Amino acid sequence: MPHTHDVTVVGAGPAGVAAAVEAAEAGLDVALIDAAAQPGGQYWRHFDEDRARPEDRRGHHGWPVFTGLRDRLYVLRDAGRVHYLPGHQVWLATRDDAGTFTLRVTPTVRDPEPAGPGHGGTGHDGQDPVVARALILCPGGYDRQLPFPGWDLPGAMAAGGVQALLKGHRALAGRRAVVGGTGPFLLPVASGLAHAGAQVAAVVEANATLGWLRDPVGAVSAPGKGVEAAQYAATLARHRIPYRTRTVIRAILGDGRVEAVRTVKVDREGRPAGPEREIAADLVALGWGFTPSLELPLMLGAATRQDVDGSLVVEVDDLQRSSVDGVYVAGEATGVGGAALSVSEGRLSALALAAALGRPRMDPGTNADADRNTEAAGNTDADGTTDGNTSADKSAASGAAADPAGIRRVQARIRRGRRFAAAMHRTYPVPAAWPRSLPDATVVCRCEEVTYGDLRHAHAELGATDARTLKMLARPGMGWCQGRICGYATAGIAAWLDGRRPTADDLLPLSGRTPAVPVRLGELAALAETVTADPAGP
Amino acid sequence: MTYRMTFRGTDIPAEPGQSVGAALVAAGIVDWRTTRKEGRPRGLFCGIGVCFDCLITVDGTRAERACLIPAADGMRLGDALETGDALGTGDALGASDDGRDRATHHAEEDGDAAHP
Repeated sequence: MPHTHDVTVVGAGPAGVAAAVEAAEAGLDVALIDAAAQPGGQYWRHFDEDRARPEDRRGHHGWPVFTGLRDRLYVLRDAGRVHYLPGHQVWLATRDDAGTFTLRVTPTVRDPEPAGPGHGGTGHDGQDPVVARALILCPGGYDRQLPFPGWDLPGAMAAGGVQALLKGHRALAGRRAVVGGTGPFLLPVASGLAHAGAQVAAVVEANATLGWLRDPVGAVSAPGKGVEAAQYAATLARHRIPYRTRTVIRAILGDGRVEAVRTVKVDREGRPAGPEREIAADLVALGWGFTPSLELPLMLGAATRQDVDGSLVVEVDDLQRSSVDGVYVAGEATGVGGAALSVSEGRLSALALAAALGRPRMDPGTNADADRNTEAAGNTDADGTTDGNTSADKSAASGAAADPAGIRRVQARIRRGRRFAAAMHRTYPVPAAWPRSLPDATVVCRCEEVTYGDLRHAHAELGATDARTLKMLARPGMGWCQGRICGYATAGIAAWLDGRRPTADDLLPLSGRTPAVPVRLGELAALAETVTADPAGP
Repeated sequence: MTYRMTFRGTDIPAEPGQSVGAALVAAGIVDWRTTRKEGRPRGLFCGIGVCFDCLITVDGTRAERACLIPAADGMRLGDALETGDALGTGDALGASDDGRDRATHHAEEDGDAAHP
């Protein structure tokens, strides 16, 4: 029987690192599983820590917040208080009748390099299931994509992937780039490319932009964001990068790889409203906001909802609790909102869980440091005291709350962050009519090579009026990625063909996946043997 | 030091700490497999392990995600079916599912990976 932790945190991005550190400092026995070799997630992705250079932090926001969290994580790991398992992905999550969670894990890459400092290595055998009484799921997200002609040509990449190459691998994916889609994230990507020496031929933004700066709710909720935007605007001006609003990339052109893009002015709904323009490029970075990874919450049965930006997210209460007892969710999975909000949600989930388990804080000293770090990032909070009696938890299992005032402060910060995120989502919507001028030959599902014409046929001839039926009949989302890339678009197309807006019911059938990541047959076989040998488990 | 890898007979340098995919695109190589149905070229897309577009054979192990696997000195990227020679023969690929897409969609038959 494996050791049972108090909590397993999945994901070591902004939310997950904050949750793991906070939980361990509150005295909980913590396991932290992360797909990457080192912490930071997508937002604080950085080059191999053993080979770091000072310039690696360029383009990072809130870097001292991250290094503060990372230092605490490594101290806790070395003290045996966080069981840190980097380089592993959870492929199966189950909850038994007693409420104990078992996570089956598999190495992210099969034959990893020997672990060095900063690469974890706690002596844990990655093949053992990780067992805990509670979960804090912080799976993060990735770029949301819309299909259009040529988006599957080599040289066309997710904007986050282009950024990951720059930040994580010091690699430039092309010489002359166009960045397109919608949202504030296009700016740091263009800026990063320009800094790295690429020529950025254009940033192509579907919406009219920077409206959120004038939005009193958004601007007051996150004043630092205005400064960030001004910095990006200055970078674009310095590098003479054209920023074309109400414009979309209609097609990517090229023979076997990207050679040019064709852009067109559009109206608010995304309908062509002006002349086309051709721009030479060998790299196209694409993103239409982000969509969270919901495999694990859905596998455990957590309730979901459709967020302001149209993505499916996990429903949580004001203590980050999902609808499943013992499962907390933090970060982008509860609604895309950025790193600062994710850190707050991670912290809150840990504080709430510690309170529910009746654990007082153990490390006032370490925690004071923590608060100084978060304050430096513009967040003010000062929990760190204990309170044995006031219940801030509604669950039956709730015990005493640790510092309800501290919890309230984090909750207030989360509400401000959510208001700001909602203002951003309203400023950068996916144009409602985006499928309008898609040619039939457009590949929608890259894995199974399902085209828009295939989907139209399934709708018109076979009666597929919803995403679930469309998926069964035309097979989008049935390949290697299991709909991670085309899921949002397929849901949108299903609704578009049916003359309505996409709903959570359209998104759900393309969001759940079991197993959560592809695994070897041997691992499934081993699981079957375990179950056979021990009828009571897992 | 700089790592040296090979892909289709080409020398690929890599900075220690880079992924295989990063080293390939830095060397100007943007695609390294083709799709099963239409033979479309594929390389990096999501860049973070989500999309499985960038699958590649590494030292004989099929269907690795190039964006995630760290580069290493002496690494051989691509197998016999992923070489330029095989591309030229046609028969081994094209319409046949027994072609190099064994490394992708049909990997489960080889015990490599499985989806439900």
